[in-house]
Amino acid sequence: MHSTEQLRIVIAGHVDHGKSTFIGRLFHDTGSLPEGKFEQIQAACERRGVPFEWAFLTDGLQAERDQNVTIDTGHIWFRTPRRRCVLIDAPGHKEFLKNMVTGAAGAEAALLLIDAVEGVREQTRQHEQLLQLLGIKQVVVLVNKMDRCGFRVDVFRRLAAGYPGKLVIPICAKTGDNIAAKSANMPWYDGPTALEALDGFESPEPPANLPLRLPVQDIYRFDNRRIVAGRIESGALRVGDRILFSPRHKLGTVQSLEGRQSVGITLAEQIFVERGQIISHEHDAPLVADVFSAKLFWLGKQKLDIGRRLKLKLVTQEIECHIESLSNITDDGAFADVAIRTKRPIAFDTHDRVAATGRFVLVDQHRVCGGGIITKGESIERSQNVFWTETEVSRADRERRNKHKGTVVWLTGLSASGKSTIASALERELFALGMHTYVLDGDNIRHGLSANLGFRPDDRTENIRRVGEVAKLFCDAGIIVVVAFISPYRDDRRLARSLVDEGDFVEVHVNASLAACERRDKKGLYRKARAGEIANFTGVSAPYEPPEHAEIVLDTERHTPAECVEQILRHLQDNGRI
Amino acid sequence: MNHLDRLEEQSIFILREAFHKIERLAMLWSAGKDSQTILWLVRKAFFGRVPFPAVFMETGFDMPELIALRDRLAKEWNLNLIVARNNVEGMNPSKGRVVCCSALLKENLKKIVARHNFGGLIVGVRRDEDPTRAKERYFSPRDAHMEWHVEDQPPELWDQFNTDLAGSVHLRVHPLLHWTESDIWEYAEREQIPMAQLYFARHGKRHRSLGCVPCTSAIESDADTPAKIRAELRATKKSERSVRAQDQESEDAFEKLRRDGYM
Repeated sequence: MHSTEQLRIVIAGHVDHGKSTFIGRLFHDTGSLPEGKFEQIQAACERRGVPFEWAFLTDGLQAERDQNVTIDTGHIWFRTPRRRCVLIDAPGHKEFLKNMVTGAAGAEAALLLIDAVEGVREQTRQHEQLLQLLGIKQVVVLVNKMDRCGFRVDVFRRLAAGYPGKLVIPICAKTGDNIAAKSANMPWYDGPTALEALDGFESPEPPANLPLRLPVQDIYRFDNRRIVAGRIESGALRVGDRILFSPRHKLGTVQSLEGRQSVGITLAEQIFVERGQIISHEHDAPLVADVFSAKLFWLGKQKLDIGRRLKLKLVTQEIECHIESLSNITDDGAFADVAIRTKRPIAFDTHDRVAATGRFVLVDQHRVCGGGIITKGESIERSQNVFWTETEVSRADRERRNKHKGTVVWLTGLSASGKSTIASALERELFALGMHTYVLDGDNIRHGLSANLGFRPDDRTENIRRVGEVAKLFCDAGIIVVVAFISPYRDDRRLARSLVDEGDFVEVHVNASLAACERRDKKGLYRKARAGEIANFTGVSAPYEPPEHAEIVLDTERHTPAECVEQILRHLQDNGRI
Repeated sequence: MNHLDRLEEQSIFILREAFHKIERLAMLWSAGKDSQTILWLVRKAFFGRVPFPAVFMETGFDMPELIALRDRLAKEWNLNLIVARNNVEGMNPSKGRVVCCSALLKENLKKIVARHNFGGLIVGVRRDEDPTRAKERYFSPRDAHMEWHVEDQPPELWDQFNTDLAGSVHLRVHPLLHWTESDIWEYAEREQIPMAQLYFARHGKRHRSLGCVPCTSAIESDADTPAKIRAELRATKKSERSVRAQDQESEDAFEKLRRDGYM
């Protein structure tokens, strides 16, 4: 029986440096073209009135043949004297780096094509960096289009000098020089042909003696069993093994095991297991942390920047994250060294230890926009030993994650002075800035929490006390809570202020004259109060005590609500609240 | 781990991801060699079960042996079988083979996806079949018109699949994308997967690829076992779909069908 070993080889290089042509020629010169394919390509070229184009073999889309550019990665099977290969034809065009990544990520070796005349170009460099990041170490360089420089040895040597330690082959894909047979045009070259180079690649063996890593993919309850399903990414697992689930840090024992690599296990214990946990042996667990260093490639349409919230996918874990620091960005913006912080701790390894659990992709709005390999991480479990114990989550912890301080913004003023309008506009702005915020106003307090209270002075006092206590809890939860209540009495507001720490309370006097408020009177309350239909109406039949030392005074007769919001935001910023 | 194990593990991983991520998942099942292989892999992935419906598209020009195999396995393997019969009055290949394929398969597929509101369809296409399928992803979104936006495919790497459905109506899942025709036969032999007898040579002829009766032709062959089929494939220079008449109508006949939602 012949060997079914197969090797995946990506063809990389700058656009128009001849990647697809090389594949076409290789197929032709080794007699690998399917029957009738040559004639089919010939006909397609004649229809377009272009000279014979080998690239049409893999450029399977009309648009690719019409524009003569590879748009997406194509896979084509090929048999060398030694083995089967999957040649992955990846686009060299800058816009299609995502497709290059798609092709290259699954490859075990690469051929990098360089135009002899044009030399190393932007995508040549980009592809080199990508191959390095993806951990593809077997790379052979093909200097193509040697006919264009008269097959000159000095041109070749100059380019080859840029790749010390690598096999570099001068070829001409169009004419077949050094593809499957030695070139008569380059007697000065006595190394292997491109075909021989393909056979020189090794099939990488999966490294032995790696620790067990089994990411949980799903839990099945088809019958009375709970089957934990997943694929063993490294190491080995046996019935009876004590296993650790990270990052939850729960222990279990394997009761039964089905499958070879994609396995299903049942546990002896009744423990809660969910997708995303990584199973390991107890003594050789993955790292667990909420921050790590990585080498990143970036495919996003927008520039890579600090703080942007993205989804991180690492084996079967999915979690919100952001880029915390950024360095060594390449000029094209495609590569960088980063520190990434995840919303909660996750389980991972460094890429040099276990590749499968040491790499991740980033998703922005449902689309993979980048990925990387983890270079460094330190388990918080070991370094501090605090995360898994039952310590309280402090307000400081919350504020560090939220990146702003819990604050009570207390809007006081007459009815119709503009409190609710400003409160909701402020909430919208804060929310848009990525802050955690909530508005407390008559609508959500008076109808629920304070439904049993009226508008007599002691009822008003009790109402404000309740609102103050609720605001305090929000503040402690790290949220910017915006309170919009008439709150007419100084003493009541002083009480609310006293519930939180100094600086946490920002009193805002939403100021408009009674006459102005009465003119606005959208709800017709002043009219009813004047008619005696409403008792204890602030400003008409009950007093309003304006603040004497408010942090902010808004003049809503002279300024628009948007201007008032800006005034509050500036204050919050100036005082380090946001 | 050998080559076949690797292919199998990758397919099982994909099937389990699809089952976890996609609501109202189904598989297309023609009872041909590729969908038989998928069904086999599904039963491995889910410990003897097929936890989603198997949709069989009947065109009225079906191979009787495949119908018989379908009905036998549906019972034996306890399948949730959905038979999608089309009802296009008077449609046949004489109207144009691509026209016929569009009407009987593609449009019927659209209907069945809409009727059951499927969020994902498992389909047995392979990259080695033709150059457009060579450019497929494992998880490939289709829009409301079932169109395939091949120029703007999301990146796919390290087994992280695009399972979110932003702007698409259903996902095509291709668990056999990385398999070749020869792999299918090698695996079928090892696993003893039930296959239609039409694939094995009798009286010097066999079928290499099965579609509708009028548009599928047998090839000259003496290969009557999977091993002989593999030996034959190593020697042949004919492509697998060369026996499918609809592909031969124009340069881009198959690409057009596929962009429009064909398998």
